[in-house]
Amino acid sequence: MKYLHEFRDGPKAQALAEQIRRMVTRRWAIMEVCGGQTHSIIRHGIDQILPPEIELIHGPGCPVCVTPVETIDKALAIASQPGVIFCSFGDMLRVPGSREDLFAVKSRGADVRVVYSPLDAVKLAQREPQRQVVFFAIGFETTAPANAMAAKLARQLGLKNFSLLVSHVLVPPAIEAILNSPHNRVQAFLAAGHVCSVMGYWQYPPLAQRYRVPIVVTGFEPLDLLEGIRRAVAQLESGRAEVENAYARVVTYHGNRAAQAVIEEVFTTTDRQWRGIGLIPQSGWRLRPEYADLDAELRFGTAEVQAEESPLCLSGQVLQGIIKPHECPAFGKECTPRTPLGATMVSAEGACAAYYHYGRHRQMPVSG
Amino acid sequence: MNSQPNDSQTDFQGPVCPVPLRDYPEVVLGHGSGGQLTQELIAHLFVPAFGSPELEQLGDAAVLSLAGGQVALATDSFVVQPLFFPGGDIGQLAVHGTINDLAMMGAKPVALAAAFILEEGFSMETLARVVQSMARAAKAAGVSIVTGDTKVVQRGHGDGCYITTTGLGLVRSRVPPAPQRVVPGDAVLLSGTVADHGMAVMSVRQGLEFEAPIRSDTAPLHELVAAMFQACPEIHALRDPTRGGLAAALNEIAQAAGVGIQIDDQAVPVDPVVASACEMLGLDPLAVANEGKLVAFVPQEHASRVLEAMRNHPLGRRAALIGHAVADHPGTVVARTAVGATRVITTQLGEALPRIC
Repeated sequence: MKYLHEFRDGPKAQALAEQIRRMVTRRWAIMEVCGGQTHSIIRHGIDQILPPEIELIHGPGCPVCVTPVETIDKALAIASQPGVIFCSFGDMLRVPGSREDLFAVKSRGADVRVVYSPLDAVKLAQREPQRQVVFFAIGFETTAPANAMAAKLARQLGLKNFSLLVSHVLVPPAIEAILNSPHNRVQAFLAAGHVCSVMGYWQYPPLAQRYRVPIVVTGFEPLDLLEGIRRAVAQLESGRAEVENAYARVVTYHGNRAAQAVIEEVFTTTDRQWRGIGLIPQSGWRLRPEYADLDAELRFGTAEVQAEESPLCLSGQVLQGIIKPHECPAFGKECTPRTPLGATMVSAEGACAAYYHYGRHRQMPVSG
Repeated sequence: MNSQPNDSQTDFQGPVCPVPLRDYPEVVLGHGSGGQLTQELIAHLFVPAFGSPELEQLGDAAVLSLAGGQVALATDSFVVQPLFFPGGDIGQLAVHGTINDLAMMGAKPVALAAAFILEEGFSMETLARVVQSMARAAKAAGVSIVTGDTKVVQRGHGDGCYITTTGLGLVRSRVPPAPQRVVPGDAVLLSGTVADHGMAVMSVRQGLEFEAPIRSDTAPLHELVAAMFQACPEIHALRDPTRGGLAAALNEIAQAAGVGIQIDDQAVPVDPVVASACEMLGLDPLAVANEGKLVAFVPQEHASRVLEAMRNHPLGRRAALIGHAVADHPGTVVARTAVGATRVITTQLGEALPRIC
């Protein structure tokens, strides 16, 4: 793969950090929306080389983290049924529902499998016609095209033993919810590059205008992130609030129209509960009524499952940037990757897990 | 809990074994991952129960003093799926894995025992391929397979073929390498690229198939180790970073030795294709398994000589100095990142999980 080492170049990163240092005159709070960006920032220590005036707030863009407890409980209920093969992206397996996680039901005999692509789950359904194959279709706009393709393909193949448990979430309504919050501290956004590669960034100019907030479409490697931050700071310092694309090698204004068409055909927008945050209107996708026969909730009768979140878990405040992960009283104590109270401690993209994994709670100066 | 002594109570329900076993009423896959859960199972159940001084060393192999000499004893079980993967198979792994555990004690492997647990219905032709591969691997490594055992379990009670090998080796040096011998200032040498084996297996694992020309690095390391000892008999510690990857190996040594370890992220060699596959799946190459690599701690003054010896051996051609043991932050491994910042390298909790996007 190209674009890995080139975008991790140390001297170029230092040069970008230096440009930001020279530009900055006051404190600014910038939110990176996507969990993949949070992970990269902590993994490479991007925040350590920024001037102290720049605060990075870790946004809610980790699909594993915001999937409601209720949906996890539905997944557990479906996976536990005899004859079911439950397929999921890997990091959903350790996300706690209200009582346990998918690993636990797997250890008791449930057939839970990790797949990398939903199309692999469709293939599995073809191979195992006597079993019910359910795919856990979660994620932001990024994973939606493949999930929609899986639904289309299953339909074309006439598969009667394939269904989807859908809990898709959308970035722009989440950004708007953060901006509308009375606690909001975010002054600029780094929009999630991969989401924009699918959707484009035509949805953002009205937000930037209405809320007077700079939005910079940003990638995931150190130089991408530093360039996104540099452009956001430049706008903030000069009082501009525009949409810029700092990830032009991947993202275009209109995005991937073929992917959008598939999404449009299979999914329709819906109100969605976000774990730790609450209900955000029109912030999710669900299957269109035409695809109701592929809806695992209907097929397995889990629509009535309800669940409560842990009162100790402050992941909602973390996801809205009100507190940093290590400022939560449960961080590293009641809540660790082994005993996660909330999903932000589970997913590699979760802000709490990123802080824990890279030892931010015991980070110390390094000599030499 | 009853505070009175109670003979009927087994140790692991008492205070000697606090958190992990209570957290998990059932065994989960993570207990076999080589990560934190495995370490806790060993520390809280096996070591207190078996309680031998050799076991407490928690080396890759145990060193026993027998009749005037020192022998190393190691055992390892192999449950890999699929049985055949690019660059190797379960038979080769079963031979190399135990040879390498012996080699990490600086021992010359002498003989192996092999035990097979086979599932009813398992293809005889496949079994023959596995066994012939084991024989070839043992012959190539100059080690004999001298005894064995076979059991068959009912269909559905096994996964085709499990192999356990046990190996015996002769310890060369009077003071064998051990994590406890590592001191601040020691150079950390890595024998080549990391993450090849784990990604090769993952590339063909059901549900995760992706097309990438990645091959397992499975190889017997005893001759490389012999060459290193020839260059410097003073090697303090050796580890083969198998499950849990380099991250787990470095953390184990940092904790056993009570030293800090600093490495340079960019000094760790990773094949570009492997790096891309890791990136795609959201895995950290430092946490992915290897089967033909070792990490060595040697006194700084001997580092360049050992490194040269490694690079002159076919299995160490891409050997690199990746960092040092330090007096700061004992028990913690810290990496300097590409952009000049730092991060703490931790041991993964359990199975490495491919990320969603």
